[in-house]
Amino acid sequence: MIITKPPTRHVEHVMGMPISLALRGRHTDDTAARSAWAAVLDELREVDRVFSTYRADSFVSRLGRGEITVTDCPPEVAEVLALGDRADRESGGAFRVWRPGMDGEPVLDTDGVVKGWAAERAAVHLRALPATDFCLSAGGDLVCRTLDPDADPWRIGVEHPIDPTRLVAVIPVHSGAVATSGTTHRGAHLVDARTGLPPYGVASVTVIADSLTWADIDATAAYAHGPAAADWLRTRPDRDALVVWPDGTTTVIQ
Amino acid sequence: MKRIAMWGLGTLTALVLLFGYHTSTSGATNATTVATGPTTAGGSTSGGASGGTSGSTTTGGTTVTGPAADTRWGPVQVRLTVADGKITNVDVVQYPTENRKDQQINARALPILTQETLAAQSADIDMVSGATVTSEGYVESLQGAIDQAGLS
Repeated sequence: MIITKPPTRHVEHVMGMPISLALRGRHTDDTAARSAWAAVLDELREVDRVFSTYRADSFVSRLGRGEITVTDCPPEVAEVLALGDRADRESGGAFRVWRPGMDGEPVLDTDGVVKGWAAERAAVHLRALPATDFCLSAGGDLVCRTLDPDADPWRIGVEHPIDPTRLVAVIPVHSGAVATSGTTHRGAHLVDARTGLPPYGVASVTVIADSLTWADIDATAAYAHGPAAADWLRTRPDRDALVVWPDGTTTVIQ
Repeated sequence: MKRIAMWGLGTLTALVLLFGYHTSTSGATNATTVATGPTTAGGSTSGGASGGTSGSTTTGGTTVTGPAADTRWGPVQVRLTVADGKITNVDVVQYPTENRKDQQINARALPILTQETLAAQSADIDMVSGATVTSEGYVESLQGAIDQAGLS
């Protein structure tokens, strides 16, 4: 294999999660690279202002409380809600942006759609860098590009959901997206929208797809399917996936 | 013998994935479905029935280069490094080079390598995918360690 220079790395925190960038090629740490990185971060901060469910004054929080309608929101809100509707249909209702809340009232939570969608969108600034490969991670969901098919792929380690100090798999990716859903770091924040209960019988789901928008949605939807995660993923077009079960065994769908 | 068995299992698991990764479940049950993996004795290696397997011993452990396996994307060949009965590194020495257009378009052009015995710190990886790493947990996370080691 060709021994190449290690990639140049940049890290910032936005939306309560680390955003990590690795660059290799022509623009890794010059003015062009730094301004592209700044544009990525600006885009993510703007998304946070519109969609954050942790901010009471975000458009999505106000929409969820019924104080405003979709037409009062930036057009991206309608785009994300449409993605959520499609995910709802294609997951048989396991994934929903309106999920059952603690008190039984539905809660609008677009987080399952927004993170991957936002990172995919922000990566457009990196795609504009000529002769430069990138791997951008938003809190563990990532999108990569490699221009030269002879170059080494990006090597993506998949965190072990039971012991996060270890890896459960390595996925070599030239260009594409990798997203993982599970409850390792945040506890049981994901629910099966059909029952309102946290999924059982699955430890984590990793999905590889062309776009991070759909890798993220499918990882979340498959995780919500619990023990049926692998069966549901097999019905999905153009996806590869890794399911880790609670006993640490894995199923690869490829 | 325990050490040998562990090595054999890890090697077989990787080979199983290469030979049949349309849908593979890793683990002991699958390892038994392939009878052609390399075997090992006393720190040296011998090629399995599949042929084309070579091994060598270095100070960093023993390396085993598997045969090139034909996949739907072209030939794939892996090299495993084993020390103290554990796989410490996996290199893919040959990736499919045919259908380059497909490779660029298709995000799923390379096999997923599951390695339950791979110690995280010895894996040469660029980025970590995991269940929503938060800023609070970042410093202690694998991603944090990788970024820290590589920040310019």
